[in-house]
Amino acid sequence: MKKLIKEVVETFGPSGREDKIREIITKKMENHVDEIKEDSMGNLICIKKGKGPKIMVASHMDEIGIITTHVTKNGFLRFSPVGGVSPVRCIYQRVIFENGVKGVVGIEPVKKLSEIEFDKLYIDIGAKSKKEAREMLGEGFFGAFVNNFDELNDLYVAKSMDDRVGCAVAIKAAEKLKKTDNEIYFVFTSQEEVGLRGAKASAYNLDPDLGIAIDVTGSADTPEAKKMPMKLRNGVAIKVKDRSVLVPKKVKDFFIKVAEKNKIKYQLEVLQYGGTDAGAINLTKSGILAGVLSIPTRYIHSVSEVLSKDDVQNTIDLLTKILESDISKII
Amino acid sequence: MIDLLEKYSNAFGVSGYEDEIREVIKESLKDNVDSIKTDFMGNLYGYKKCGEKNAKKVMVIAHMDEIGFMIDGVTKNGFLHFRRVGGIDPRILVSKRVLIGKDKIPGVLGAKPIHLQNRSEWKKPIPMQKLYIDIGAKNQKKAKSYISKGDYATFNTKFEMQEDVLFGKAFDDRAGCGIITEILRGLEDDQHYPVDIIAVFTVQEEVGLRGASVLAEREKPDYVIAFEGTTAGDVPDPEKRDQSPSTQMRKGPSITVMDRTTIGFRKLKEHFERTAEKNNIPYQYKRSVTGGTDIGVIHTKGGIPSIVISTPVRYIHAPRGIMALEDYKNTANLAINGLKNFKEVL
Amino acid sequence: MSTREILRSLTESSGISGDEFEAAEVIRKFFSQYSDEAYIDKFNNVYGIKKGAKSNGKIMFASHLDQIGLMVNKIDKNGFIYFVPIGGHDPRVLLGQNVEIQGKEKIKGIIGSVPPHLQKPKDRKKVTPLDDLYIDTGLKADFIKENVSIGDSIIFDTSCVKLKDDCYASQAMDNRAGVLVLIEVLKVLSNLKHNWDVYMVGTCQEEVGVRGAAMSAYEIKPNVGVVIDVTFGFSPGSNKYEVVKLGNGGTIAMGPNFHPGLTDKIKKLAENWEIKYQETFIPRPGGTDAYSFQISGEGVPVIQMGIPLRYMHTTVETLNLKDIKRMAKILALFVSEVDKYYKEVEH
Repeated sequence: MKKLIKEVVETFGPSGREDKIREIITKKMENHVDEIKEDSMGNLICIKKGKGPKIMVASHMDEIGIITTHVTKNGFLRFSPVGGVSPVRCIYQRVIFENGVKGVVGIEPVKKLSEIEFDKLYIDIGAKSKKEAREMLGEGFFGAFVNNFDELNDLYVAKSMDDRVGCAVAIKAAEKLKKTDNEIYFVFTSQEEVGLRGAKASAYNLDPDLGIAIDVTGSADTPEAKKMPMKLRNGVAIKVKDRSVLVPKKVKDFFIKVAEKNKIKYQLEVLQYGGTDAGAINLTKSGILAGVLSIPTRYIHSVSEVLSKDDVQNTIDLLTKILESDISKII
Repeated sequence: MIDLLEKYSNAFGVSGYEDEIREVIKESLKDNVDSIKTDFMGNLYGYKKCGEKNAKKVMVIAHMDEIGFMIDGVTKNGFLHFRRVGGIDPRILVSKRVLIGKDKIPGVLGAKPIHLQNRSEWKKPIPMQKLYIDIGAKNQKKAKSYISKGDYATFNTKFEMQEDVLFGKAFDDRAGCGIITEILRGLEDDQHYPVDIIAVFTVQEEVGLRGASVLAEREKPDYVIAFEGTTAGDVPDPEKRDQSPSTQMRKGPSITVMDRTTIGFRKLKEHFERTAEKNNIPYQYKRSVTGGTDIGVIHTKGGIPSIVISTPVRYIHAPRGIMALEDYKNTANLAINGLKNFKEVL
Repeated sequence: MSTREILRSLTESSGISGDEFEAAEVIRKFFSQYSDEAYIDKFNNVYGIKKGAKSNGKIMFASHLDQIGLMVNKIDKNGFIYFVPIGGHDPRVLLGQNVEIQGKEKIKGIIGSVPPHLQKPKDRKKVTPLDDLYIDTGLKADFIKENVSIGDSIIFDTSCVKLKDDCYASQAMDNRAGVLVLIEVLKVLSNLKHNWDVYMVGTCQEEVGVRGAAMSAYEIKPNVGVVIDVTFGFSPGSNKYEVVKLGNGGTIAMGPNFHPGLTDKIKKLAENWEIKYQETFIPRPGGTDAYSFQISGEGVPVIQMGIPLRYMHTTVETLNLKDIKRMAKILALFVSEVDKYYKEVEH
């Protein structure tokens, strides 16, 4: 599991430019499903065929990133965020672009921290002039942050645990899955960070009976943290609500039942902010039942997202058991 | 081409009341499409089939509505209280002229003369609550005989050309409407596009992409291309910052890589780049991630490849904008050629 | 049951966004009294269908049945309960309120505050942020941990009070009063001829994103939609261009979200029958079920009527019952003639 997570988190793939991560996930899923296809939004759809109800598992392959917008007269580049990136979290970070060019985020001198906005930041790719910067890179290029996977005691740290860890969970569940009548669509969605766009498109096309999103969620176990019921190491988080979805009671209760039956450690999740692909699935057409399994994570949308490997394992176990269950009573 | 744009720019059509511009566009479409229809929201559709079996459907869209005002009250003294329709910076409102309602009653956005203000008042922009429209009515009763609450108003700006530059209101997005009209009439009699064209002039884009929200289900297009009049920020900056102007005048049509509502599909982006290069049409990229378009509410319904092509306009969402004639012509040119060789995308 | 009693029954049942089942069941029973078929779907939207003489068209009313409330977020070791808001809340309104937790059983509590005697003078001037508020049930921590879970719904626990001159105050008037209008329309329709089928829908999850309306409209695909919600009523300090008077009739909304032809028709209808109404101006679609209803699927032409309401999103939301009765009349008349209008207005 560790090797898989390391490989997927370190791969390039901001919203709109998910090619490399899509390739890697395709290779990993090849032997576990009956059919793999890519749709026009760039979603990767891996189908394990079955006669029974349709379940859509959604984990998003895209990570937050940046896009260059302007080359300054001295060869630096201005940029805009792709997804929820805050200016403070970019400062002095390393970035890499879709064509391989590397850079560092610099900041103009400011008097107060409150003045820090994107227009005070720029990317330094080491170009000697505006002309050279244009030749090396230019405007309209997508980039991602750079950081390596590592371990902190029994916790893992890396950039883009959101939501590459969700992709890893889905891959492992597909691997472990025993025989079941359910028809399962493992969808590795695109463009979640810019508005759940991939999930909107694929849920519209697939029209499943049940949707399950796998994503990260916050945790309240750090100094002065906002009050939340989630903590690292307390098990897979079964979502009750976030800003994009109120998980229907019968779906949430069903997930709890499966967890208790199989003695899988779980906790409940209430999030005041944030959204996941389940929000998009829920609001498709005349409504689709959707729930979420989350992995509590510290420092989300920073380059060092921290989570517990046991929570990840619990998520894989619970997802697998749910996919093997008879869901006919709840749909 | 310019006469058409003039008619489009001058026409009245605030979000929610696009009747006049719809009729003007309908007139221009008449001889250039196979059929025309409207829907309950007021969107205007023009269909141009290519005659080939199983042809792909390319939807080209531009919004007909413009920003403006809605009258929501009449004071005892006969002045009109109003709300903004669409995004308008309140600082540009004072001392401007408007036209109200079906009968286009002229009005002015008055302000207290500076002689009667104290110095501290000059330093702050006039807040929305202190703005009102004066139609010259004697009192409340008289005012109500000229206009009704719920009437819409727009800036009273007439289109004008000066050398190679165009002045007018609502280039966002009457320029887009003009470009689509040019697409529909841009071919010789014996030519046709390799795809079926569905031209849609949408309503209520400025208040939340409303008209476009019903298009994906209604028409189920294979591709969507939106034509916009977008911000050209190449104007003096008092702070002299080295920042992106978004687009620049006289640098040609702009291709949007990413805006707030869509990440442009690469295949289409590359197709228009190639088309521009092949036909020697200058082009630029929209160098900011600001703004959204109708495509935002269309492309996620099942995943429809889309892209936005815009013509640079200075001072959009203001009473009078400026556009370079060459940019407008080049955008139309790029659009027509891009559709002519659309087979390269399929 | 009288209109007053129905209103009481509606406002006192529990149904916060996402957890509407109890209120949905109460509404379903009322719908089934006056329509041919009534049922609740898997998302807690409630439907009441009254068939028309010709069944050659569908008109769907949407009135959201969810109320704002709170959700259990954390239970501390002493049994005090911390919560998150569901829907929009002014935290100043919460202090000292009576609440009822919908746990394994219904448990009453108070949103606690530090007594003024124990506060420093400067602290008394501050607003306590919502995150620091908590519920005190007085019960032992073990009992709470047994019977209350993270995610349980919490409603305000006050009853509907009758004020003077036909006014009533309660929590959840937003939007059980709207549901009441649907029931009243059904009552009037039992004496009126209408050709189209009428779908009365109590929609779920409006307060968190107008979701129920999107889902149910997509499912039913009506020819015409009518949204009933509450609107801002005058109280001291309001900006007069943003509010309407209580007792002067329901409001008919104007703006891009509402079909101008149909809006015009219902206004003229009210004028013909001398039923009082007021106008609201909404230049930007948003804030009610009409937002998602108008653009669901291939789109639906909608109109909207509003119930003037003071003190929205508090436990003393106040309305005038006369406005509801007037609205019910106009709307029922509209239903009986809508198939005629539908042909006349542009589609």
